[in-house]
Amino acid sequence: MTPPRKKKMNLKQRYALMTRGLDWETSYQKMDDVFPYDTFEGIKITDWSKWEDPFRLTMDAYWKYQGEKERKLYAVLDSFAQNNGQLGISDARYVNAIKLFLTGVTPLEYQAHRHFAHLGRHIRGAGPRVAAQMQSLDELRHAQTQIHTISHYNKYFDGFAEFPHMHDRVWYLSVPKSFFDDACTAGPFEFFTAISFAFEYVLTNLLFVPFMSGAAYNGDLATVTFGFSAQSDEARHMTLGIEVIKFMLEQHPDNLPIVQKWVDKWFWRGHKMLGLVAMMMDYMLPKRIMSWKEAWEIYFTEAGGALFEDLSRYGLRVPKYADIATEEAEHISHQNWAIFYQYTQAAGFHTWLPTDEEMAWLSEKYPNTFDKYYRPRFEMWREMEAKGERFYNNALPQLCQTCQIPMGYTEPGDPTKIGFRSTEYKGERYHFCSDGCKDIFENEPEKFAQAWLPVHQIFQGNCGGADLGDVLKWYRMDNGTDNLDYSGSPDQQQWDAWQAARKKVAG
Amino acid sequence: MAGGINEINREEVQMAVVALKPGYEEAVDFRDRQENFHGNQVVYLHWEEHLSFCSATAFPLPPEMPFGALIEELIPTYYGMHPDYQSVNWEQVEWKIDGKPSTPDLSKSLADNGVGHKSLVCFRTPGLNGYRGSCS
Repeated sequence: MTPPRKKKMNLKQRYALMTRGLDWETSYQKMDDVFPYDTFEGIKITDWSKWEDPFRLTMDAYWKYQGEKERKLYAVLDSFAQNNGQLGISDARYVNAIKLFLTGVTPLEYQAHRHFAHLGRHIRGAGPRVAAQMQSLDELRHAQTQIHTISHYNKYFDGFAEFPHMHDRVWYLSVPKSFFDDACTAGPFEFFTAISFAFEYVLTNLLFVPFMSGAAYNGDLATVTFGFSAQSDEARHMTLGIEVIKFMLEQHPDNLPIVQKWVDKWFWRGHKMLGLVAMMMDYMLPKRIMSWKEAWEIYFTEAGGALFEDLSRYGLRVPKYADIATEEAEHISHQNWAIFYQYTQAAGFHTWLPTDEEMAWLSEKYPNTFDKYYRPRFEMWREMEAKGERFYNNALPQLCQTCQIPMGYTEPGDPTKIGFRSTEYKGERYHFCSDGCKDIFENEPEKFAQAWLPVHQIFQGNCGGADLGDVLKWYRMDNGTDNLDYSGSPDQQQWDAWQAARKKVAG
Repeated sequence: MAGGINEINREEVQMAVVALKPGYEEAVDFRDRQENFHGNQVVYLHWEEHLSFCSATAFPLPPEMPFGALIEELIPTYYGMHPDYQSVNWEQVEWKIDGKPSTPDLSKSLADNGVGHKSLVCFRTPGLNGYRGSCS
């Protein structure tokens, strides 16, 4: 006898059963003991069921979609490898942008995976808990597919091999690392605001569009394909970011000042960290997409402006110092590249001076600032190079206590003066690159006074020794191979040999 | 404190601590206390209007080191490659310690001149303002 056929559930019913239907109120343990993390930040949630699930995906459907995407991605990666895709890129200088991505961004994907897994356990509401679980898997996939995509370059170029080790130790990688450590050591709602909203919603286009379009313009089909495979996930992450903000603001009026403070903080932190992307766009891509300033205008001034106008109905305003960040878009890429040029001996990628043609492009894109403030700097260095006296900064830089970047940013309104800010906490002096970073410290001095500043750690003897050679060994940075100028590097020698061989074949 | 340094209202700070468990603030380890630097103090040095040096530079220095050693040893070693360096007239240099104009006694120690742990020492060289006057 056949059992009676059960009626097939529709998508909505299935979704409800497979997500919220798996949730329950605990009875023999207090809910506060089961979910100890979601109240201490002061965010008041009166009704978790009001959460609008942004994904509408069940785990089985998720599994199926992602599996299909990955099959396609890995097919492209295989063909990229079989066809020697590394030969098709615009120039070997391009690969340095990918080195920065693998050492600076990919480990953050992994960190995001870990922390979303934590939230996927520790958020009281079943809706956001499921969303966090899915995002946790996305982030793990992104870390993994990025490593697989970029591993092809590791076969031919220097600077990739020790990326997780470098991320934990190298002075400038402490910038993205400490950014994420700050988020992961915050409470769950601040993490959501920091990563899902400020980063994945407000600023994400300023990270992914430059890298993925940069890859497309420079013949890096592998990275472009990875970008496409991550795109639909990123759209979901953005939706989660906006939903979190709206949910907190709708739940209780007391949440607004807390959320505003986080939005201010994470906008500023994101802006400073993205300065690395700015430099990549303006200086490291042999074929440029657009300038950082143009990207900032499109993705922050216009898109962000519309977003905050929409959010103003909740009382949320544009992040504090957004005007200063916009002014800095005229300077940040030049100032950052100058930092890496003079500390090339401790950089895990190669550096160079812009060519005449590249300087002409920079003049055109930055008519207010490049010729006046930055061209002379590069021309001075070029003269020194020609005399065989390449400019190295052999002292260590003063770092900002908050963003951990060398304090190389200038006063708003005066690009000829370094902006110095400082404060005192428990009898100790702390220094900052900007009012934004100083405010962040003063809101949580007990947190940021603990910062692991790479320069001070070297002085304290915690980084392998006092000499550059010792510190590079501790970084696992191969001196003479991974660091220094592109000109004369093994990367360049190999690339030139490939080009010569191709010419010979072409006859 | 010297100019440029603002005191935070301590009570306000106490109130502001948001932490999972009580006692967080008392338990944290502040990493850059002077005693962690093996008898040295951190001193930051900055040559104004010479921004080809991307930021101020940091040095672990004994507090008893004479101030004059900055001019005789550190600055020539770390700033000497700048084309302006040879033309510096040290008699005319304007100093600032933690944002306050200062006339340091070169024979006295850093400490005696008011240079403490994580102090910022700025120097300006009137008439010399970088490569082709660009402040680079």
